[in-house]
Amino acid sequence: MPAVIRLRPGGTRQLPATEPRSRPPRTAGLVIGLVLLLAAAALSLAVGTEHLTLGQVWSGLFSPSGSRYDNIVRELRLPRTFIGIAVGAALGLAGGVMQVLTRNPLADPGLLGVNAGSSAAVVTAISVFGITSFTGYLWFALIGAAVAAIVVNALGGTRSATPVRLALAGTAVNAALFGYVNGLQQWDLSTLDSMRFWSVGTLEKRDPELLLTALPLLIAGALLAFALARPLGALSLGEDHARALGTSVRRTRVLSIVAITLLCGSATAVCGPIGFVGLMIPHAVRAFTGPDPRWMLPYCALFAPTLLLVADVIGRVVVAPSEIQADIVTSFIGGLIFVHLVRQRKVAQL
Amino acid sequence: MTPETLEPLEKEEPRALKAELRRGRLRIGRFSVRFDPRTVLVCLALIVVTACLVVLSVGTGTYELSPMEVLRTFAGNGPPGAEFIVLDLRLPRAVVAVLVGFGTGMAGAVFQSLTRNPLGSPDIIGFGNGASAGALVAIIFLDAGAAQTALGALVGGFATAIAVYLLAWRRGVHGYRLVLVGIGVSAVLGAATSFLYIRADIGKAAQAASWTIGSLNDRGWTEARTAALGLIFCVPVVMVFGRRLTMLEMGDDTAGALGVPPERSRLILLCAGTGLTAMAVAAAGPIPFLAMASPQLARRVTRAAGPNVLPAAWMGALLVTAADLLTQRVTGSALMPVGVVTGVAGGLFLAWLLLQERRAHHV
Repeated sequence: MPAVIRLRPGGTRQLPATEPRSRPPRTAGLVIGLVLLLAAAALSLAVGTEHLTLGQVWSGLFSPSGSRYDNIVRELRLPRTFIGIAVGAALGLAGGVMQVLTRNPLADPGLLGVNAGSSAAVVTAISVFGITSFTGYLWFALIGAAVAAIVVNALGGTRSATPVRLALAGTAVNAALFGYVNGLQQWDLSTLDSMRFWSVGTLEKRDPELLLTALPLLIAGALLAFALARPLGALSLGEDHARALGTSVRRTRVLSIVAITLLCGSATAVCGPIGFVGLMIPHAVRAFTGPDPRWMLPYCALFAPTLLLVADVIGRVVVAPSEIQADIVTSFIGGLIFVHLVRQRKVAQL
Repeated sequence: MTPETLEPLEKEEPRALKAELRRGRLRIGRFSVRFDPRTVLVCLALIVVTACLVVLSVGTGTYELSPMEVLRTFAGNGPPGAEFIVLDLRLPRAVVAVLVGFGTGMAGAVFQSLTRNPLGSPDIIGFGNGASAGALVAIIFLDAGAAQTALGALVGGFATAIAVYLLAWRRGVHGYRLVLVGIGVSAVLGAATSFLYIRADIGKAAQAASWTIGSLNDRGWTEARTAALGLIFCVPVVMVFGRRLTMLEMGDDTAGALGVPPERSRLILLCAGTGLTAMAVAAAGPIPFLAMASPQLARRVTRAAGPNVLPAAWMGALLVTAADLLTQRVTGSALMPVGVVTGVAGGLFLAWLLLQERRAHHV
């Protein structure tokens, strides 16, 4: 087919730097990340329709006196903040694993269709099977995420995958799945009202019970991701190198997809689809950590929730007393950063 | 000249003409046209099938008419009462389907050729999203009726096209940078669209929802006129400049050496393609996968290497008409947006396409 040009295999990657050149100590970055995360959490507890002082937040958390503020902090904002931290960490880790696995600097669970898979499955659960419990959504979301991850990987081609090809496969699967979600909504106009809120990711009014149900899966996914850091690092050198280093390429791939599915599927079940967190964070932290996943993944797990919490707070402030959903904020910022990244890259790297 | 010399020539001429036609040449006096015979046949076949589907679509529904009755109604002497149902209710919808499909298919061929990628269709690279955003702004903020909504879609589509083009510009626009920038801009617009969608009241949200998917429901002669007007301006431009696509596909340097200014040609074709897309969105909303599938299917049927602008356009017309017929018959409701059928069918087609491409080691 002459209208198609062949693109070079993507992402030539340097060896993981063993001797960082004039790089600040990477453990210091983790401490800074922890401090920033705590600050974002404090912001998330304090800011909202009713602004609280840090003192009020503190007493609400640790010495409740039964005031109205205690209720706001403990009943509304604390669960929301916890959900933000868990989901943000999951998305950041998933994005990190995905970018290393596909050797694709533009990989993101949202961009590569995984979130859309979860959404499509959940909307099916609601409208076809009449499921109303959030724990019911969880399993559908996981299955949807798994199917979408496998399909996009298969369509993108594992060996001949290029960033463009994968991004296109993901975008196309996204388009198809969201078309399907829209179709079901049209079919079932009575639930359009509730579903239009579900289909946009947000931390608002999510059930803390659901987080407790999803937490074991999120933790399992996170542990798996960390365990995969070393083989993924080997894989990022290329398949031949990885084999020479004694890494099982196939096992690493399969387990990575399992980790991505666990993380994204449960995150989407809890919050709805949230885009671009998994794209932006691995990019940003790689500037400090270098390409080694053993450093990159912990950074992702710390900085991604910070971003999500800040996005959530921005959404609460901008149109107060109403709210903008976190997904809208992250997609807006993330889309702009994506365009910037594409513009920065040399043609040969795409 | 004696009769003896004249006679064999007269016998020879029809045969010579046939041979010429088979080779794809037609000469009338001083003028000659070159064409691919298979492409011409494919176009004719597509037109015939589309026409049959239109008759079928107009004739079926709660009030059934046989194909002959439909044709008689067109001619002006159909059964009593049929005239209103056929000419006022069902025909406009079918005409909008054909026009929208034609324009979108043609735009798809232009964009795929320009981006040199089968997935570089207007909806995937964000023009569709831009048009939806424009339509939504019109519906939600300006309380727009159908005509103003269409205008909003046009403005949104063009603004997005210009933004994507400028953002992708770095000493020239390269195909895949255009695609990726389109994806990014698409995400930003999608965020803006969801924001508007969520904050609207349910009535407007439902009105907007049918816009964001692509629907032929309630389309009348006004929409048909909008679509036709867009086609009148854009189709001739594509037909004239479309020949340059083949040269642009060979690379900017080659095209330049062959006397085709690459940037200017690309800009003109991009404008015409965007005009076609915006016109289609204005009339029916963005119909998913149409722009991607039509040129690919057309290429497989004609087996011609070029951009296949005309076959893609007729293929688009056929696909929308067929999808609309299917939507109405399968769901039993004229309210279901046609975009749902093309979305599902398009997804399956895309999976097949990507697998094929991988086998051929393209993309």
